[in-house]
Amino acid sequence: MGEEEGLHQTPFLDTMFVRGLKRKCFDGEEDIEGTLAGIKAIPSYNLQRQSLLDMSLVKLQLCHMLVEPNLCRSVLIANTVRQIQEEMTQDGTWQMINTQSTGQASLDRLVSTDILCRSSRDQAEGKHVPAYGTFNKDFENDQAQDSSDTMSTASAVQAPRNLQSSVWEMENPQENKGNFQKSLDQIFETLENKSPNSVEDLFSEVDNSYYDLDTMLTGMMSNTKMGHCDSLETFSSSTNTASNSNCKSDLNDLDHIVEILVES
Amino acid sequence: MGGDFWCVFLWHGSNESLPSAEAVMFLKFSLRSVFYGAGGGNDIQWCFSQVKGAVDDDVAEADIISTVEFNHSGELLATGDKGGRVVIFQQEQENKTQSHSRGEYNVYSTFQSHEPEFDYLKSLEIEEKINKIRWLPQKNAAQFLLSTNDKTIKLWKISERDKRPEGYNLKEEDGRYRDPTTVTTLRVPVFRPMDLMVEASPRRIFANAHTYHINSISINSDYETYLSADDLRINLWHLEITDRSFNIVDIKPANMEELTEVITAAEFHPNSCSTFVYSSSKGTIRLCDMRASALCDRHSKLFEEPEDPSNRSFFSEIISSISDVKFSHSGRYMMTRDYLSVKIWDLNMENRPVETYQVHEYLRSKLCSLYENDCIFDKFECCWNGSDSIVMTGSYNNFFRMFDRNTKRDITLEASRENNKPRTVLKPRKVCASGKRKKDEISVDSLDFNKKILHTAWHPKENIIAVATTNNLYIFQDKMN
Repeated sequence: MGEEEGLHQTPFLDTMFVRGLKRKCFDGEEDIEGTLAGIKAIPSYNLQRQSLLDMSLVKLQLCHMLVEPNLCRSVLIANTVRQIQEEMTQDGTWQMINTQSTGQASLDRLVSTDILCRSSRDQAEGKHVPAYGTFNKDFENDQAQDSSDTMSTASAVQAPRNLQSSVWEMENPQENKGNFQKSLDQIFETLENKSPNSVEDLFSEVDNSYYDLDTMLTGMMSNTKMGHCDSLETFSSSTNTASNSNCKSDLNDLDHIVEILVES
Repeated sequence: MGGDFWCVFLWHGSNESLPSAEAVMFLKFSLRSVFYGAGGGNDIQWCFSQVKGAVDDDVAEADIISTVEFNHSGELLATGDKGGRVVIFQQEQENKTQSHSRGEYNVYSTFQSHEPEFDYLKSLEIEEKINKIRWLPQKNAAQFLLSTNDKTIKLWKISERDKRPEGYNLKEEDGRYRDPTTVTTLRVPVFRPMDLMVEASPRRIFANAHTYHINSISINSDYETYLSADDLRINLWHLEITDRSFNIVDIKPANMEELTEVITAAEFHPNSCSTFVYSSSKGTIRLCDMRASALCDRHSKLFEEPEDPSNRSFFSEIISSISDVKFSHSGRYMMTRDYLSVKIWDLNMENRPVETYQVHEYLRSKLCSLYENDCIFDKFECCWNGSDSIVMTGSYNNFFRMFDRNTKRDITLEASRENNKPRTVLKPRKVCASGKRKKDEISVDSLDFNKKILHTAWHPKENIIAVATTNNLYIFQDKMN
């Protein structure tokens, strides 16, 4: 499972997060800009927070093929995501994102679980886009833009784990912030409480027709499992998270499920 | 040096005329600890006794132990595993000549309690993993226990058979029927002794009452009813009735999108048959009285400790989630386990625990990594000793911890096959949080987070403990002189 590996991968994240509210916020970024000394300094709080947000959203996406996901775990992760969103809203980071977003599709365009499923199906058709890129995808309109967005977003995910990437990011801080926060924008579209499709959607039913709300909550996105596990395979290979082992067994289970569905 | 004596102090901490629980302090002095220093002669010396399970490191998924429970006399020890099996061990009668050790636990019965099922409506598998086992108190020669997986609870009867009838007139010994025309004489069948056979049979199956995953079952002190709790609901059952159960707690929001809290554990009070508690993922415990209303959505008491602002982080809520709640045998206290600590609550005081013990505080700086590898969601259990003076819980690296409530001393021990000589006293372990590591200490980064002790049990009367590693069951007992 890579626990020791996991422990060593995120030493910086740990030290930052332990300090909780004693964060430096924008002060932290001053440490990063410019010199090599900045590389050795603890990465900025915002970056860390973003990374935690990314990790949490990925965790929420992961679902077991055959067995219902653990509701307690899902609720705790979703609460963490909400916390981050609230803090970012209070920080004014959220406002910063709003002003910088460039002719985005309106906030009414929500990245619901529907979209996540759709992009997973896209991948099933052969488009190689990391699953994380789904947060970036704004349907067919922004295809061209998306590839660059995806790359910067993917690197943002990997930044804490790969100093190389963070150096790259530091060299172009402004540009990356733009892309970075644009993707943040899209992520937070999912978290907007006023929007009908928010992260809570992850708990609500995707398919009205057959399932009870209860069962959908516990099944997470059970009727989209197949699509997700396809995306999981590509995603896991690109980010090498601890979820690898889950993905492999998920794929075996996927075959099993397909067998059952095909036979019935 | 026997004897303890009590001092009572009245402390006027408030303007109230009646002393509250905070105002009255009981101090217990133990003469032994006064003369020998804290924890002097009182400390238990734990020795390895037995280990059950496969030796090899390759752990079969089905062999992962998921629950451990002594029965009320301590003579029987039940384990449940991920493969849906229940294994019951029985303690041998004490050998009078071997006064230096207590009886060993040997396999008494093994049976398949739950099978994997497939929910066709949701296209999801229902795991056969045994989440909890609870024993009923013994009423006759047979033993009864409740075992549950995520969805179904079963009442099992375990009975012994040590004689069988022989000498039927119409049947041969092997069971074949004889031709009646060949019967020329009649005889009376008699019981003859046979090798002991232990049979387990399911007597009741309590199904289809839980939409979410069952995390707890608890038998009421009336021994007629029991509760089962899942993530959002708690149901009350009668042991005799399987087609009906009463919903007594329902925290499911009307709109599932508003869900922010789930039930993590529940237990009946050991003496009061109308009182139970349930814990939540937000670190609260609610005590409910079933006499107040049919649906106990309004708690009688809410136990919650205010958050320490200096320790606040994004993981604060996750680590405050309570993984286990256990009443003391006396019923006066309850213990809760969250990710980093064990807390003892006085039922009369809701605003904070009376005691807090840190299990592995050195992990606080590693929470992000533990979140990444999902270890932060591990659900550790905890247990009391028979006299409610010591509490025990598990940790990582096959370590487990004990806290003596009287002496305030704690100890860390390891369940490992390296210490497997009987009557060898276990060496205390120490984790070095930071800085220079002393000899024999282990650093935090060297801990094996795959080796977690989630389930422990303490014999109700003796100093015998059962500690479950991933797929092995260790039995330790105190050194008898």
